[in-house]
This record gives sequence, structure tokens and C-alpha cells, in this order.
Amino acid sequence: MRGCSHRGLGRFLAGKCVRMAVLVLLVSFSAFMLVSLSPVDPLTANVGQTALGSMSPEQIARLEAYWGVGTPPIRRFISWAGDFFRGEMGTSLLYRRPVALVIQERLANSLGLMAAAWLISGGLGFGLGIWAGAKKGGMADRILCFYGLIMASTPGFWLALMLLMIFAVRLQWLPVGFGVPVGVEAEAVTLADRFRHAILPAAALSLTSISSIMLHTREKMIQVMESDYVLYARARGESFRRIVWRHGLPNVMLPALTLQFGAVSEIFGGSVLVEQVFSYPGLGQAAVTAGLGGDVPLLLGITVISAWIVFGGNMTADLLCAAIDPRLRQAQRKGQTS
Amino acid sequence: MEQKEKTPLLAVRHLSISFTQYKRWWRREEQQAIRDLSLEVGAGEMVAVVGSSGSGKSLLAHGVMGLLPYNASWEGDIFYKGEPLTEERLKKLRGREIVLVPQGASYLNPLMTTGEQVRQGARDRESRRQCREALERYGLGEETESLYPFQLSGGMARRVMIAAAVQRKPCLVIADEPTPGLHLEAAKRVLSHFREMAEEGAGVLLITHDLELALLTADRIVVFYAGTNLEEAWAGDFTQEEQLRHPYTRALFRGMPKNGFQAAAGAQPYGDNLPEGCVYEPRCPWRQEQCRQPVPYRQLRGGRVRCWRDI
Amino acid sequence: MIRQKKGWNQRLFLLCCAGIFIAALLGITAAGAMWEEKALQTDFSRKNMAPCIQYPFGTDWMGRDMFIRTITGLSLSIRLGLFTAVISAGIGAVIGVSAIMGKWVDGVMGCMIDLVMGIPHMLLLILISFAVGRGFWGVAVGISLTHWTSLARLLRAEALQLKESPYVAIARKLGKGWGYIAGKHMAPHLLPQLLVGTVLLFPHAILHEAGITFLGFGLSPEQPAIGVILSESMGHLMMGRWWLALFPGALLAAVVMMFHVIGNTVAGVLNPKQAHS
Repeated sequence: MRGCSHRGLGRFLAGKCVRMAVLVLLVSFSAFMLVSLSPVDPLTANVGQTALGSMSPEQIARLEAYWGVGTPPIRRFISWAGDFFRGEMGTSLLYRRPVALVIQERLANSLGLMAAAWLISGGLGFGLGIWAGAKKGGMADRILCFYGLIMASTPGFWLALMLLMIFAVRLQWLPVGFGVPVGVEAEAVTLADRFRHAILPAAALSLTSISSIMLHTREKMIQVMESDYVLYARARGESFRRIVWRHGLPNVMLPALTLQFGAVSEIFGGSVLVEQVFSYPGLGQAAVTAGLGGDVPLLLGITVISAWIVFGGNMTADLLCAAIDPRLRQAQRKGQTS
Repeated sequence: MEQKEKTPLLAVRHLSISFTQYKRWWRREEQQAIRDLSLEVGAGEMVAVVGSSGSGKSLLAHGVMGLLPYNASWEGDIFYKGEPLTEERLKKLRGREIVLVPQGASYLNPLMTTGEQVRQGARDRESRRQCREALERYGLGEETESLYPFQLSGGMARRVMIAAAVQRKPCLVIADEPTPGLHLEAAKRVLSHFREMAEEGAGVLLITHDLELALLTADRIVVFYAGTNLEEAWAGDFTQEEQLRHPYTRALFRGMPKNGFQAAAGAQPYGDNLPEGCVYEPRCPWRQEQCRQPVPYRQLRGGRVRCWRDI
Repeated sequence: MIRQKKGWNQRLFLLCCAGIFIAALLGITAAGAMWEEKALQTDFSRKNMAPCIQYPFGTDWMGRDMFIRTITGLSLSIRLGLFTAVISAGIGAVIGVSAIMGKWVDGVMGCMIDLVMGIPHMLLLILISFAVGRGFWGVAVGISLTHWTSLARLLRAEALQLKESPYVAIARKLGKGWGYIAGKHMAPHLLPQLLVGTVLLFPHAILHEAGITFLGFGLSPEQPAIGVILSESMGHLMMGRWWLALFPGALLAAVVMMFHVIGNTVAGVLNPKQAHS
């Protein structure tokens, strides 16, 4: 029985991994094709019009060969993907450094920000959603719904601007931007400094991300509270608290987990905007810079990495649900992978 | 006369339940699901409310338990042991003296094992023993306790819920459609469990659409049609058509397989287009002018009937 | 006879709100379209004015009236949002409903949905904008191509369920063609969903348009777009010119909120499952 269940789980995992790898490959391909469509001429963008004018035709031909002008996009993709697979992501044109290094450094900055926003918005949104849904129509529910509506309508970057204006410019409680204090040497930067710089971006990101998980949890909670099994629990004299705790929470947990792990993509998108407002040196800001500056290798690298993160989030959700939900557990035991 | 001798365990008087629903745009409409329903259940007695599916019978069970959905409103009186069944009393009695046995596995929490649900989360030795005993009584082995609801068959799910009800030693059992989806033997067995509870002194209110099964076990039959009760008869009255008091009951009687399967023409009216007077008037072969006015529920031949005629 | 308070008619209230909001949005769209010239008018005699009666939203460093700029920007956002949302909904409908054409087509379409959802929204917008070469079309194409996924999923599930439903099976047995079934049985169920889905796309389309423009990928700086206004205001916040960011953003949030309320109301009225009071 046990070995059997392990084999089922193994197959389930392997299936998910293959699917994820295929999707990442497809994402890379589509992203590559998209940037190849760009009317921006790689030579003009990377070498500069004036520099091009002063070069000999042979030099230009060599550069054209280097940038793959004239090679069909498919062949260029294959060679790019092959390099990428070996960990060779190319060189960033704007930062003049290997893409892998730039991404690593930026990701380290962004990851803390995104993880904080993800945890705060997930935890608070789930809790508040349970509260609102359990007491549907009550005062708390009305207030939370209104908050959710406002936050769903507010552009995250504007909220970031407002926070910046109030707490950094007016009150001067927190720094106006960047990941570390300006003019301080890298070694002298303390963890407290980094933390202070991340507070406002994380707050802006969390506040706007709460609404979707909160409203979703509320909907699910209302469904659960109107379900047959909650009716039966009430008929058996279980108290409201116990019903919320024993029946509400576990049954709302599964869809909430799926949603919150799926929200990784939204939080990444939000961080692009928020990092721009605070000039925070994260992955999102690098993506904007790369897009505006035509830094194709960096843009592609960031796309692939973020796709890994997104699919990784989805897969974690699938695995957690499979581990928690007894119906899925049995499905795996039977080896019915999907 | 009879009522003076003994106060019934449960007495429902003139119960009406209605819903408010939005129709097109913003117009709201009230849908009456149950209208002027009265019935009594004595201790040690099994009363079956029989009506076709969709006639609002389940709401009766939920109404007595005080578990109507938020958009429902109700009117009438419900007495338990002679005293009004208020919200506060219900809070103390629900799940202890008054228990509900619901329809099927959807009434069990899908993420919790059967044993945990029967014990309602209690972990102590005494509750475990009680739970074990109750399940045992209905032929459910120890392994049942670790099963999840989706792993239970329809009959098992019902027996689990019966076990959950019995371990509380209830005074009043309300069983809501305990038989659909079960084959005949299983259904008979489930009903016999309710009969046992009645023999042990509890009052049982059985809500079902299956007249024949109800006749096998119940003492009295309340015939439910379009949200109200048309007749209250003893199970024994169903041996002869002439003993039945209402035209609809007689039609039901003729509709039973052993009596020739003759179905009555027409269909049951629903919610928003109920007739003002007798709800059976549109289909009744004996209808007359008088039937268009509200009909009182009156005594007749030891039972009760909602009809002007003595047939 | 029935003990019941008539009470507050939530739905009537929401419908009234939605009506007022539709009028307000139409007003903003029309006013903005009329003021397009005026919004670009510079007047250095009135630059950097804080909000006052004459200029309720203040003026900027080139003496442009921020109220007129904001309304014009919102008008542009609304028009662009409607345009892209409708195209996106069309794509979503085609991809979602094509799921009924068989397992193979469904698999390909499902893969496409996963693919688009696999790249974070903002990043995909940046990529498409880069591919198209920025500007108005960058935004329009980007938003149209990225917002259809959730609607497609919804319609797919709904269409598959309808396909399996008994009455479609009976219609098939009766020898009715797919065209007849689609028109007679599927459209009445799917069209309300599509309508609600489209209306609920507007807020997202508008917010993303503002976001991508704010980053500098969208509409050009000469155009009076909300994203442009907000990104320009960044440089002036330090000098305490709070009105440059506060009012345009708040009004944008208000417009998006109005779309949300309209969408939810339409969903509530069209969805039979939400018939309770």
C-alpha cells in the first residue's frame, strides 16, 4: 500500500514536472519570437547610429553575423536556448555584465519584497476573507467588501506614489527610494537599512494584493457556510466558532492556496510598477529598463526566470492540494495522474 | 379529545415558510414554499410526511430545526414538549434532544474522516467507545471511521448519519429523505432503524417521497402536496380506498403499483402560482365552487383532511 | 399573513448606482474627447498653481490645467479600455468555446491559456509592446492579447458542461446540427456570461493601460494619458506638488471602481444563481 502510494505520487510529480518544463520551453519560444518581431534594429539599438556610420562594411557584416541579422529566428532561438540551457544566458547590453549575474543580484532584492507582500497579503486576505464570509452582511463584511472594491480599483503604482508622498516626502519617516541608502558603501549597509527601504514598496504591494485573495476567500466561505455539511453541523448543535474553525477553514483553505500561489504572477507584475516608483533595484525595474533600452538578452532572461517562478508557484499549489485533499490523495494512489 | 390526554412531543401549527427572490431586474417576489401546515408527532410514534419531490418537504425539517436560509421567513407556531420552540431553546436542544438525519453524503464535511464527524471532534476514550458502539449497531466496522465521505456508499453514508443521531439518545428524530438512491433492501433496512428508535421511545418525523416504504414502517401518514398537508391518515387506512379522506390521497393510492399504477392527470402547482383556495382544486374530479375559497383542516374519521366533502 | 420586513432593495440601489455611473462615464468620455486640444494648452502665466476654484486640480509646470488633462486622460483610458476589452473578450470567446470541438483542439487551447498565464502580466505587456514597437498600438495590442485568459477558462468550462448536458445530447440524437445546437442551446447560456465577463474586463484593461503607460511603454508623452501624467508627476513630488499625482490617480481609481460596480451589478442581475435577496 505504501509503496504503491509512493509510486503514484512519483508519477504525479513527474507528470507535473514534464508539463512545467514544456510550458517553460513554450514560454521561452514565444518570448523569443515576440522580441524577434520587434522593428527595433539590433545594430542601431546596441551599437548606436553614429558608431555604425563610422564602421567599415566588413565590420558591420561581422556585427550582423554576431547579432544574427539574416539568420532565421528559429535557428537563432535554437542556439539561444542551447546556450541558456547550459546556463549561458548571454550578456546584458545595458549593464555590460552577464545576464545571469544581473538577474541573480536583482532577484535577491526583489525576492524579499515579493515574499513579504505575498505572505502579508495572503495571510491577511485569507483571515479577513474568512471573517467577512462567516458573518456575511455584517458590519465587518460591509467594511471589508468596500475596502476590497477600493483596492481592486486602485492602481498599485498610484498607491505607491501616495505612500511615498506621505511617509517619505511629508513626514520623512522612511526613505524616498532605492534599495539602500544613497552614498553609503556597500559594506556599510546594514540589514536594518535594507529593511527600512523595503517597507514602503512592500506595503504598497501588499495593500493592493490583499483584495483579490480576500474577496475570493469570502466568496468561498459564503458557499461553505451555505453548504449542506454546515447545515448539518448546525443541526448537530455545533457552535458558530467551531463551525468556522472545523468546517469553514479547511474547506476554504484549498481554493485559497491555489489562488494565492497563482497570485505570484500578479505580485510580480505589481512589483514591476512599485519598484519603478521607488527606484528599487529589483527584477521588475530591470525588466522595465531592459524593455525600454532594447536589452533583449536581459529581457528574455527575466521572462524565463519569471515563468519558472510562476509555474513553480502553480505546481506548489497543486502539490499542497494533493497532499491535503483526501479525494486527490486517493486519486494518486490509484495512479490517475492528470 | 385525544390532544388533552397527552401533549404531543412536537406540534407544528399553521406553519408557513416563504422566500424572497429577485425576479427580473430589481423586482422581488415572495415564493411560498409551505402554507398553513399542521402536524403532530408523539413520543414513540413514527409519522411520515409523504409528498412528491420538489414540494418543499425538506424545508419543513429545516424549519423545525430553525435552520432556514437567510432569505426565508416563516410564520406559525412550533411546540416541543408543550412549550414554544424558541431560538434559545433550539440552541440547547439541537443535536442533543432533537436530531436531524439528512439526505446523503453531501451533508458530511468532505475533508474530515467519518469517525471524527460522528464524534464531532471529541478525542476522549468515552466518545470513541460511544462512536464505535453506534457504528457497530448499524453494521459499520472499525475501518469506516477512517474513511472520508467520498469513499462511502449511499447506504453507508446514511447509516453513519443515523449512528451519529442515535449516539445522542434523542427524543425527536427528524429524517429528511433517508431512502433515495438506495435499493429496496437497503432502504427497508434504513427505515427499520428509524422504527427501532420509535420503539425505544423517540418521536420520529420521517420526510419521504416514497409512500409505499412509509406505509411499511410509519404509524401515521401526512400527505403533503404543493406546500401544505391535505390529509392525515393512519397507515392502516391505506388498505382500502374508501377509508382515505382526500381525493389526492385516493389518487396516490390508485397510483401505487399494487393498486394498478393509475396516475392522476395534471401536475402539481409550484411556488408562485398556487391557487387561492384548495391547492388540489385544478385536478380534483369533485371540484365545486366552494373549493376556490381557503379550506380548513378538519377532523374526519379519526384523521384529518383539508377538503369540504366527506368522501 | 407573512411576517417579513420589506426592507432594503439592494438590487434596485445597485441598478440606480450603475445607471448614474454609466452616465458619469459617458460624460467623462465625451468631455475628454472635446477637450483634447485644450488639454495640451500651455500657459506659463499660471504654472504650478495649487488647486483653487478656477483650477480644481491645480496646474502643472507648463501651466496646463490638470483638471482638463485628467478628464482627457481618463477619456482616452476609457475608450482604449472599451476597445481592448471587447477584442480581448472576443478572443476569449473563440478560444473558450472552441474547446467543444474536441479533445485535441481543447488541449491546444488549454496550452495557450497556460502559456499566456505563465508570463507575469506586466512582463508580457512589456514584451508585446517591445515587439510592436511601443506607442498606441503597443498598448492596444498588448492589452487585447493578454486579458482573455480568465474569460476563456470560464467559457470553456461552461461550454464543456453544456456539451455534456442531457438536452444537447437529446438534440444531437434528434439529428440537429451543431449550428442549430449552438444557436438554440448554447448561446442563451454563454452570451450572458460573455457580457458579464466583458464588462468585468474593463477595469483590468484600464488599470493595465495606465500601468504600462506609466512605465513608459505605452502612449507617448505628448498624449494626455493618465499614466503619462502620473509618471511626469514623479519628478515634482519632491517639491511638494502633491496635486499632480493625487487627483488624477484618485479619479482613475473612481472610474475603475464605477466599472467594477457596473460589472458586478450586471453579473448579479443576469446570474440566476444570485436571485436571493
